[in-house]
Amino acid sequence: MADTILTVTGLTKRFGGLVAVDNVSFDVNVGEVFALIGPNGAGKTTLFNCVTGFFAPSLGTVIFDGNDITGRKPHQTVKAGIARTFQNIRLFDYMTVLDNVRLGFHSRMRSQVWDSLFKTPFERHEEAEITERAMELLRFVGLERRRDDQARNLAYGQQRRLEIARAMATQPKLLLLDEPAAGFTPQEKVDLMNLVHQILSKDITVFLIEHDMRVVMGISQKIVVLDHGEKIAEGGPAEVRANPRVIEAYLGKSA
Amino acid sequence: MNGFVGSIRARLRSPNATAYAVMLIAALVYPEIVQFVTGGNGDALVGLAADAGIFVLLAIGLNVVVGFAGLLDLGYAAFFAIGAYTYAIIASDELATAPIHHAVHIPFWIAMFVGLFVAAGFGALLGAPTLRLRGDYLAIVTLGFGEIVPRVFRNLNVWTGGVFGVSAIDPPTVPRWLDGPWAGDPFGIQQDLQLTSANLTGFYIVIVVVIIGVVILVNNLERSRLGRAWMAVREDETAAAATGVNTVNIKLLAFAIGASTSGFAGAFYGAKLSVVNSDQFSFIISITVLSMVVLGGMGNIPGAMIGGLVLYFILYKFLPDAPNQVASLVQSIGLGWLNNTNPNGWPGLGEEVNRLKYIIFGLIIVGIMLYRPQGLLPSRARRQELTSEEVPGIGAPRELQS
Repeated sequence: MADTILTVTGLTKRFGGLVAVDNVSFDVNVGEVFALIGPNGAGKTTLFNCVTGFFAPSLGTVIFDGNDITGRKPHQTVKAGIARTFQNIRLFDYMTVLDNVRLGFHSRMRSQVWDSLFKTPFERHEEAEITERAMELLRFVGLERRRDDQARNLAYGQQRRLEIARAMATQPKLLLLDEPAAGFTPQEKVDLMNLVHQILSKDITVFLIEHDMRVVMGISQKIVVLDHGEKIAEGGPAEVRANPRVIEAYLGKSA
Repeated sequence: MNGFVGSIRARLRSPNATAYAVMLIAALVYPEIVQFVTGGNGDALVGLAADAGIFVLLAIGLNVVVGFAGLLDLGYAAFFAIGAYTYAIIASDELATAPIHHAVHIPFWIAMFVGLFVAAGFGALLGAPTLRLRGDYLAIVTLGFGEIVPRVFRNLNVWTGGVFGVSAIDPPTVPRWLDGPWAGDPFGIQQDLQLTSANLTGFYIVIVVVIIGVVILVNNLERSRLGRAWMAVREDETAAAATGVNTVNIKLLAFAIGASTSGFAGAFYGAKLSVVNSDQFSFIISITVLSMVVLGGMGNIPGAMIGGLVLYFILYKFLPDAPNQVASLVQSIGLGWLNNTNPNGWPGLGEEVNRLKYIIFGLIIVGIMLYRPQGLLPSRARRQELTSEEVPGIGAPRELQS
């Protein structure tokens, strides 16, 4: 059996009377592409928010890399090794492309206030080092020429890639991508799938939410389907595609 | 030679570098010019500039809180008060009458740092429970703090002298002082010179040196991981947290650093004035400093400094002098009858201007903000935020993206 990196057990999130995520359990294995799919409003992003610490789950546990991280704050989950992107891109619009990525290194930097105040040799060295590594990441996503532009001036597809680069700068073991192919042209979707493969080759496990079935079926090893907050199916692409409950959830009951 | 000139030209193209250069040169030549023009009687004007320096320091500190981290602080004067009272209490006879019955006289140069740390400590103390609040809520809490602190000082009679405050505060002592023709003396070195109201040039030099030091340090902060994290928190707190920034800690740090600068300024203020009482730290001080930051250019250090200088000049020189200036102006152009009172209720032009001076002040502020909403010398990001409609990005607008 493969090593699991993320174990979600009995996860439930209630907002008042609404149950957004209802008793969902699954395992994500190291080195795979794991996809979470489901109709709009199924609770996918809420589940992401519970894993990354933006919401505290009402019930259930999240075990990451052998540690219980249930209810930790977002910056703590980043430190633990989980990075994420957002469904509606959230870059720092008025910061440069390079600074967006450099900020990603924040939680890994060891300069203290005094180092920053007095520009100690340690601080200068660390800044130079993360600048170098941020440039590597920009080359990785093909944005090195835009380093000094403000993030808001990038084209839409470039903004998605920059957000991925920023997330990768936190040096995650697990990368959560929330609808990374939304609004992409067919060519951009192909590029994205290639990028995901390259991310995997850097020993980062990918956990994504996606609507585009060709992307999902093309890159994921394992798929979990949510509907109305409940898990209705789990398995490989072919298995999930043939599941009558999945077809029903997406297309409705046949008359 | 060409390369050297070229590099200077390139630097001058950056508005910030130009502003720093102009301010530095102005600071260096100001006392000489003032003494020359007034024939050696310019001490009051030099002292006025030293007071302006205190406000510049306050503006630099508040700029870290409001401009960098985006936290609206309406009670900034509280930390100014804490710094001033800290210095006053540990560098005067005040504690002789307090329950410990023993006066403490800590030298200025050490006490200034005590003021800094005490203010930073209170900044952290206030920030810890409140910085979870966002925007307007935080502003209201800081407003409350700004009101509470001076009242506590006023009512803590045994320690702070109550309504009368603390007076006869120790002046700073400079171990060596260079005398020269600029002060009307022959060249010579004085030892252990006490800076008093008779030596305002000394205070001026001290505040200029302190400002230079603080500007260098705050500039370093801005161009470090902290500066980036502050900017990120200001733009999008959620995204900053998702990128690994401990948003509560980073805001707390901005608060404490802003408070410490204010505490530093407060200690200097106490030493220069030699008297401290709670009326000096009212809400109007917090608002004035906030206006300086906004007017100068939020998030930009030289902008905040220029805002501080401009507003200080208007408030403490231009407006107080305006009535007399106007009166003598109309006299000299032959309209002196305007200065005479008139039984219909006309109080004379000078007095009329005096009555209207806060309306004039308001009009000046409104005028500057209409003409330059981004501030006199804005930061790059802020300039673009306010003009973004005119410079459309290539990317689709936010509302079309999700």
